[in-house]
Amino acid sequence: MRVHAKRAGALLGASLVSSQAMADWTLNMAPGVTGTSNEIYGLHMTILWICVAIGIVVFGVMFWSIFAHRKSKGSKPAHFHENTVVEILWTIIPFVILVLMCIPATATLMDMYDSEESDIDIKVTGYQWKWKYDYINEEFGYFSNTTTPQDEIYNRVEKNEHYLREVDNPMVVPVDKKIRFLVTANDVIHSWWVPAFGVKKDAIPGFINETWTRIDEPGIYRGQCTELCGRLHGFMPVVVKAVPQDEYDAWVAEQVASAERERELTSKDWTLAELMERGEGVYNTNCAACHQANGEGMPPTFPALKGSRIAIEDMNAHLDVVVNGVSGSPMQAFGEQLSEADLAAVITYERNAWGNDTGEMVTPKEVFDYKNKE
Amino acid sequence: MSAVIDTHAQDHHHGPAKGFTRWLYTTNHKDIGSMYLIFSFAMFLLGGTMAMVIRAELFQPGLQIVEPEFFNQMTTMHGLIMVFGAVMPAFVGLANWMIPMMIGAPDMALPRMNNWSFWLLPAAFLILISTLFMPGGAPNFGWTFYAPLSTTYGPPSTTFFIFAVHIMGVSSIMGAINVIATILNLRAPGMTLMKMPLFVWTWLITAFLLIAVMPVLAGVVTMMLMDINFGTSFFNAAGGGDPVLFQHVFWFFGHPEVYIMILPAFGAVSEIIPAFSRKPLFGYASMVYAVGAIALLSFVVWAHHMFTVGIPLAGELFFMYATMLIAVPTGVKVFNWVATMFRGALSFEAPMLFAVAFVILFTIGGFSGLMLAVAPADFQYHDTYFVVAHFHYVLVPGAIFGIFASAYYWLPKWTGHMYDETLAQTHFWLSFVGMNLAFFPMHFLGLAGMPRRIPDYALQFADFNMVSSIGAFMFGATQLLFLFIVVKCVRGGEKAAAKPWEGAEGLEWTLPSPAPYHTFATPPEIK
Repeated sequence: MRVHAKRAGALLGASLVSSQAMADWTLNMAPGVTGTSNEIYGLHMTILWICVAIGIVVFGVMFWSIFAHRKSKGSKPAHFHENTVVEILWTIIPFVILVLMCIPATATLMDMYDSEESDIDIKVTGYQWKWKYDYINEEFGYFSNTTTPQDEIYNRVEKNEHYLREVDNPMVVPVDKKIRFLVTANDVIHSWWVPAFGVKKDAIPGFINETWTRIDEPGIYRGQCTELCGRLHGFMPVVVKAVPQDEYDAWVAEQVASAERERELTSKDWTLAELMERGEGVYNTNCAACHQANGEGMPPTFPALKGSRIAIEDMNAHLDVVVNGVSGSPMQAFGEQLSEADLAAVITYERNAWGNDTGEMVTPKEVFDYKNKE
Repeated sequence: MSAVIDTHAQDHHHGPAKGFTRWLYTTNHKDIGSMYLIFSFAMFLLGGTMAMVIRAELFQPGLQIVEPEFFNQMTTMHGLIMVFGAVMPAFVGLANWMIPMMIGAPDMALPRMNNWSFWLLPAAFLILISTLFMPGGAPNFGWTFYAPLSTTYGPPSTTFFIFAVHIMGVSSIMGAINVIATILNLRAPGMTLMKMPLFVWTWLITAFLLIAVMPVLAGVVTMMLMDINFGTSFFNAAGGGDPVLFQHVFWFFGHPEVYIMILPAFGAVSEIIPAFSRKPLFGYASMVYAVGAIALLSFVVWAHHMFTVGIPLAGELFFMYATMLIAVPTGVKVFNWVATMFRGALSFEAPMLFAVAFVILFTIGGFSGLMLAVAPADFQYHDTYFVVAHFHYVLVPGAIFGIFASAYYWLPKWTGHMYDETLAQTHFWLSFVGMNLAFFPMHFLGLAGMPRRIPDYALQFADFNMVSSIGAFMFGATQLLFLFIVVKCVRGGEKAAAKPWEGAEGLEWTLPSPAPYHTFATPPEIK
């Protein structure tokens, strides 16, 4: 069957998809780079071969009947219609096979659930439509956004090798360490999946799910969100970079320092132009998915910001919406997601872009005061 | 009670009323059965059109035809329409037509309610389909409508969707009550329970499943309605609610629901295979017990749809074991069908072709179901195209082929004409090839790591997606041929004998073809 599928595939492939140089004809699950994923692969292959064996026997008898017991070949029907021994046998034998199958499955599952004694804890939070990785013990965290350009998605330029599976800031982890993931979500349910690790866990608002991995080989591993989470569900990649321990340590030190620099931005004096420049970037990463790059939104679910009362009138109302979100709507509370500098920049941007031209700005310090006043 | 109807009524046989009111006011099980079947085929074409949109977008990587928000509406509406509009009403239509004729009853037990349960359906689907034209679009959260995506984050049309589901639920529950009342009360004298045809048995059990779980569906959508419109927080974590509760309640309905869609097909195939093997069904009693066991087990396996939500280890193990247990009675059924064919005298008219394909392809869907039941492996399969392949293998060559097999098997009885066998066999082979081409590669895509419900995909999935789309277009276009075959058969063709199939058994074949408007006004004698 496999050979046939390949042959049929190759024929179709040659005639139809010659332009897709990157595509391949992978038929099976690949073993991964962790103990768990290899155990899963083993279970998968075992149960697959059991099914194939049962299939050969059942379909074998059936095809024998189809070919040999045809009326057109003069077959005379037998009259038997029950046989207690046979019926008991074909109840018990499958039952025994299933019990045997459950033994290794149970062992693997117990291992997968044992997330005690980890070396590193990373909190994974799903947002519409990006991931946030918080390194709990080192007190820094960052968002991981897709970087696939719209031009590639809309077929205006050729797609790159990692189309839809590339991010700005991948998760970085060391090899040969037990890494525990604490998985949750901020808005709707997402699911964090890296096939090469055999790790998939739903990210659910209000819940913290635990799972873990231990990676054997350095490399870049790619997956994506696997629970329908709205419009851009298909554009929410997961990229994990596994590196040797010393490289990881250096990376952590750099992240801690950079988090410190970020905090200093709050006390810096900003000009309108600086805030606008920073704000455009923040807006495109965090807001444009719903409110659109041109600020026109997608009413009624995602209102326009261009010319909206909130963006051109009372500043406090604008701060409230961005910092606290709008309860009962898809508008998230960005107060905890973005730094004061980014909040100030994006609010300033929204009040001056697309012809809103209020000329008003809000500084990171004012945002800081607003957040702490509450 | 039907025994006291005097022969006078038969002499002055009153036929159907004329014009549209015949259909609007009818309480005749045959008319209502026909309306259910026509409605379900219309929904099948509509849901199929949406599948064509989905496959057209997935023909190549990148966004070409539709935007992601519309794509999500298409996957959602395709699922809802196929489940609630195509498969379930088709089986109710078959039940309406065949159950009274198979048990020797003059009609369904509750004919006026029968009329109402049908006419609720077009109303419900008019509401559901109208959401496509509302601001914000149709439901876009998948046919499983997980909260909070469907509540806090749902489009404004969600309330209409909820209303439509409520109406469908009322219709299904009334249909189920009718089936149970008919089977338990209107059997001809001598038609004991263990003499009933298997189609009647499977429908009796299906009807109990419907009554048990449709209220649960109504409950979960009502909780959504409250969350959306009346400020409750059943599923909103920020208000102290629990999004996972939604999934537990939904799948407590949802898993028995999948057996609701397959058990009547089991019954129909258990009629057809013996007929064309010219040999009695092997293991009648074990077939009945197996269906009962499957139905009971279906209530304790719901969380196998939720292996990755973080239920505790003990829960995972329980649901894994319970799910694997279902393979035992399902296996018994498959073995019985094969044993029925073994040493028979087989011929392969269209009903038999569809029934044999049913057994083979449903078994393949059962195998992938068994693989999905292995909880650790499910962490890799879950929410990928492997799952899409699995449930399309049990629903398309399962439920849908079961319906096609039934339609060809009983069309001569319904219309009085034989259908065009050559065209029907063409319909079968094109469907068979198209369906396998569409859905088999989805196993490979899932195992390679392609998640479901995405409008665009990474480049390594391009080849099999193209193959799958070609198969889907082929399968979709072929169904227009079925429409042509049925219309041709209704309009004319070779006259059908009372029993057109040499090996067919059952009371329906003692009636003339086409079956008169009123049948078994006097109950038949069962030996």
